[in-house]
Amino acid sequence: MQQQARFINIGERTNVTGSARFKKLILNSDYETALEVAKQQVENGAQIIDINMDEAMLDSKAAMVRFLNLLAGEPDIARVPIMVDSSKWEVIEAALKCIQGKAIVNSISLKEGEAQFIEQAKRVRRYGAAAVVMAFDEVGQADTQQRKVEICQRAYHILVNQVGFPPEDIIFDPNIFAVATGIEEHNNYAVDFIEACRDIKRLCPYAKISGGVSNISFSFRGNDPVREAMHSVFLYYAIAAGLDMGIVNAGQLAVYDDIPDLLRERVEDVILNRREDATERLLEIAPEFKGDGSVAEKQDDVWRSWPVNKRLEHALVKGITDFIEQDTDEARQQAEKPLHVIEGPLMDGMNVVGDLFGEGKMFLPQVVKSARVMKKAVAFLQPYIEQEKSGGSAQGKILLATVKGDVHDIGKNIVGVVLQCNNFEVIDLGVMVPCAKLLQIAKEEQVDAIGLSGLITPSLDEMVHVAKEMQRLDFTVPLLIGGATTSKVHTAVKIEPHYQHGVVYVPNASRSVSVVQSLISKTGKADYLTRIKTEYETAREQHKRSRPGQTMLSLAQARSNAVQLDLSKVAPPPKQPGVHVWHDVDLQQLRDYIDWTPFFMTWQLSGKYPAILNHAEVGMEARKLFKDANAMLDRMITEQRVAGKAIFGLFPANSEGDDIIVYTDESRTQERCRLHQLRQQLQLRNKIPNSCLSDFIAPVGSGVADYVGAFAVSTGFGADEFAAEFVAEHDDYNSIMVKALADRLAEALAEYLHLKVRRDYWGYASEETLENEQLIRELYQGIRPAPGYPACPEHTEKETLWQLLDVETNIGMELTESFAMWPGAAVSGWYLAHPDSKYFAVSKIGQDQLEDYAKRKGWTLAQAESWLAPNLNN
Amino acid sequence: MSQARLTPAQLRELLQQRILILDGAMGTMIQAHQFDEEDYRGAEFADWPSDLKGNNDLLALTQPEVIKDIHRQYLLAGADIVETNSFNATTIAMADYQMEGLSARINREAAALARQACDEVTATTPERPRFVAGVLGPTNRTASISPDVNDPGFRNVSFDELVLAYKESTHALVEGGADIIMLETIFDTLNAKAAAFAVLEVFDELGYELPVMISGTITDASGRTLSGQTTEAFYHSMAHVQPVCFGLNCALGPDLLRPYVEALSTVSEAYVSVHPNAGLPNEFGEYDLGAEEMAAEIADWARQGFVNIVGGCCGTTPEHIRTIAEAVAGVQPRQPKSVSHQFNLAGLEAFSPEW
Repeated sequence: MQQQARFINIGERTNVTGSARFKKLILNSDYETALEVAKQQVENGAQIIDINMDEAMLDSKAAMVRFLNLLAGEPDIARVPIMVDSSKWEVIEAALKCIQGKAIVNSISLKEGEAQFIEQAKRVRRYGAAAVVMAFDEVGQADTQQRKVEICQRAYHILVNQVGFPPEDIIFDPNIFAVATGIEEHNNYAVDFIEACRDIKRLCPYAKISGGVSNISFSFRGNDPVREAMHSVFLYYAIAAGLDMGIVNAGQLAVYDDIPDLLRERVEDVILNRREDATERLLEIAPEFKGDGSVAEKQDDVWRSWPVNKRLEHALVKGITDFIEQDTDEARQQAEKPLHVIEGPLMDGMNVVGDLFGEGKMFLPQVVKSARVMKKAVAFLQPYIEQEKSGGSAQGKILLATVKGDVHDIGKNIVGVVLQCNNFEVIDLGVMVPCAKLLQIAKEEQVDAIGLSGLITPSLDEMVHVAKEMQRLDFTVPLLIGGATTSKVHTAVKIEPHYQHGVVYVPNASRSVSVVQSLISKTGKADYLTRIKTEYETAREQHKRSRPGQTMLSLAQARSNAVQLDLSKVAPPPKQPGVHVWHDVDLQQLRDYIDWTPFFMTWQLSGKYPAILNHAEVGMEARKLFKDANAMLDRMITEQRVAGKAIFGLFPANSEGDDIIVYTDESRTQERCRLHQLRQQLQLRNKIPNSCLSDFIAPVGSGVADYVGAFAVSTGFGADEFAAEFVAEHDDYNSIMVKALADRLAEALAEYLHLKVRRDYWGYASEETLENEQLIRELYQGIRPAPGYPACPEHTEKETLWQLLDVETNIGMELTESFAMWPGAAVSGWYLAHPDSKYFAVSKIGQDQLEDYAKRKGWTLAQAESWLAPNLNN
Repeated sequence: MSQARLTPAQLRELLQQRILILDGAMGTMIQAHQFDEEDYRGAEFADWPSDLKGNNDLLALTQPEVIKDIHRQYLLAGADIVETNSFNATTIAMADYQMEGLSARINREAAALARQACDEVTATTPERPRFVAGVLGPTNRTASISPDVNDPGFRNVSFDELVLAYKESTHALVEGGADIIMLETIFDTLNAKAAAFAVLEVFDELGYELPVMISGTITDASGRTLSGQTTEAFYHSMAHVQPVCFGLNCALGPDLLRPYVEALSTVSEAYVSVHPNAGLPNEFGEYDLGAEEMAAEIADWARQGFVNIVGGCCGTTPEHIRTIAEAVAGVQPRQPKSVSHQFNLAGLEAFSPEW
């Protein structure tokens, strides 16, 4: 499985030089307990474990071999990669002979000269490991930014060009040294490291950077709160500069935003070397933070005096987690079996929630909060239930997944929560799930139904593929289809015919419960499926019949009815042509540009913002949701949990037929690329032209120098990780919240960027002043159609956009095989500036345009059919 | 040798053009002869102190015509590549028969027999060369699993011992005329890393490289190797060898193997080979998946673009290979994934972080 990690933490507790406890265990040959230490680290989130046996009193080589051989028999530990840490080459080599996986060697360096460095690098490679390379050469350890960068660059060239070492397997350790030591020369060490990271990342493509983080705070030994604050402040800046991984004790890191303001300010002064007396000023306040100074305030309320079952119900309905473990425990002690707490008071409470939701008295955000309380209670009971070993009694088991190639999961997560609230066991495989994997798990887990979700159009084909595979592999469980681009018609026409044991389209989360219940019911299932089958048959027939109503023109006819562009109104040349990158967007200012209406729709509260806040029925819930959303936005932005990046460019362009030609430069002699567009081919009423985006660009030969823009933005960097933290705490409400807000910020960024382009970068509307409301209603000049959306529905054009702007290298946004953007909270598209340019839907195209398009793209007909499937008539 | 040495680049070029066919089971074909102890011994080993029945690799010395004929049958059935009868011929595996001293000779002869068969058949259709894959088996010991339940840290073979044994076998296979070196039925990746280490050292000593094929074994439906790795983790752990081809074989029939073939095909920057068993053994220990059924599944992999080399393992016969060859004829070969520079590590599971 691919894992997303802005920063990889390497466990440091299995290191005799760093952990007194581990050292003692190894010296006493208590390997069993030593393994326990390794296991805890993995459980606490170490993604790689560093193992070091460098101790004078020890036969390091023998201890390393023994420990690794024992570790190989512990699947809970051995599942993660190992970092072999030793200053002795013979220990490293002995360790590599015990490791079947791909490990990291920590470390090799130029300390003893190039010959030895090359020899060791070759051996590391032959054992199949990656390597940490210390910024250390014949002269000594690098301390300044310049030395760090010089040595790393030299080592990189030797490794890549002479040894043939893969650049992605090189991990530089540019030396983290202690600051605030009282010695003036040390004051800039943190800054040197951070700045070196930036240079190394730029100069050594694909190489990674690591470091031993706790060194930085060495002079504050004995004062853990200050040390932890120093670590998190240092990491905060170093990670932003390119630090990829580090040896840290994951359990002992302060949350950057939880550091008291005074302490943070003084630590930042030290780390960033902001003032001469920084060390003194930190020392001055350090004693105050020793120990734990926080005092929790207790709140009480009348409901706390109720009987425990009532308290549980109240907590569930109101979504209060504060006392849930305490109350659950009390109920457990009163119950005969821990499972009865779930089946009794907790399910009773959830039934109340379910009823209120069904009656429209509770709304989705509240239900999700209730689910959070429920999950916490169940998680608390889990160990007790496992002790008793009694079986579960869920209504049924449902497997959910976002299909391969797609990363969108907000809707799927909501369905999962709603189903769990209704006592279904949900196995959620996450996003980008390959067909084989999901079917294999479905089989192993003997699920009762499979639910597929997807947002982008290529996901529709993947769903068809899954249906076919289920048929081929003799599945009999029903298949549920959901997600923004799915529809009853598509399900009926394209998916249902391929699988005979039931395919059901689920329009929204609240419907999922009744659908699944019907499908699980032993008595009602057959009837239900027969009814669905008939319904879909009707849908198919209607679909067929609906066709002849519209006349399909030939491509030639459609082209002759193209938009006649008023060449006198073509926008002036851009004021700032070329490519521009915004690496770190100020998210705070984007808040004014958020279009909130779709956000409420995500939560199934329908109504226009801001009117919805005063809506008679849902107004109160909308206000609460809005408040939570803004609080979460505060956290996302001030704690810098998500980052926004944007890239855009303005290029000389002219149109040729249905293509837009982008030129390499103003001479307009050399083509850089072509943006292939599709033309409306259905006959339109009132002689409306058959539009194509190329119509809005001045044609070749018109003598008019026109331009086109391209952009890609995302505010999703970090969002998945942040959301995952909430999932780990059984808090789906906030997890969904983070993703929904990241989506909104991305749209806001696209809006803001377009505004800046119109006013400043292109500058054709420098006088424009519009309110957000007017922006949302698109009352400005020019459009920004996005590949994959109706005006240019073919997704692979994103590839061209990505190459044109070199999006991945510049800001790290990626495309999946189905051309979904990663991170998921993202927008990309073209800028067209002509005042007459407008959005339209290409809709259905004919065989002649399909063939023409295939030719233009250099595709086979089959490829074209596959990518244009949603626009074909069959 | 009758032809110029095969380079990795040449094999890659061929794989770019079409799906190549690997042969089927050797053991199954030998079993059909129902040799008794005397047949195994032949004249040379009539007085050998230990039992020799079941030492199939020894047949290269005592029943060479039979082995060569099996190769010939597979070649005539459509195989482009035949595997040498040297699965257990390392000094380590031969120790069971006290035949460590014969390891090099057996490997050399095994390669020579396959070479002769290939050259004979190629002579009849010179436009289509056949290749000898010199097989390095897993040995009967595991470098990362303890054979002693009371001491999980114990090992009955070391990396260095494995390297020594594999180096001897590799040299002998090359001398006997192997075109390709194939590490197959890998159930402990650490054994395979030692084998690869040895092969690369031998290439250094020879001053040239032969194409390498690596083929792992998913032992059961858990989707793991015997030593506990997932398909992806296995791939990343061996990727440094830069083999021409990465694959899976043995243990499972094609139906159960499918998801792992797909998984491997998804990650592999090398070409992909598969040679599954003819289903799972029945209660008599026999493999009874028919040629047609097996070919149908494998042909589907080919159409899905999962594979570049296909063949059979335990229980398959020339009939299986013929049917498979017909079923994939003309199907476009899989295109390897382009080089991604993705950072991958592996424990028992793959670690492929994205930034």
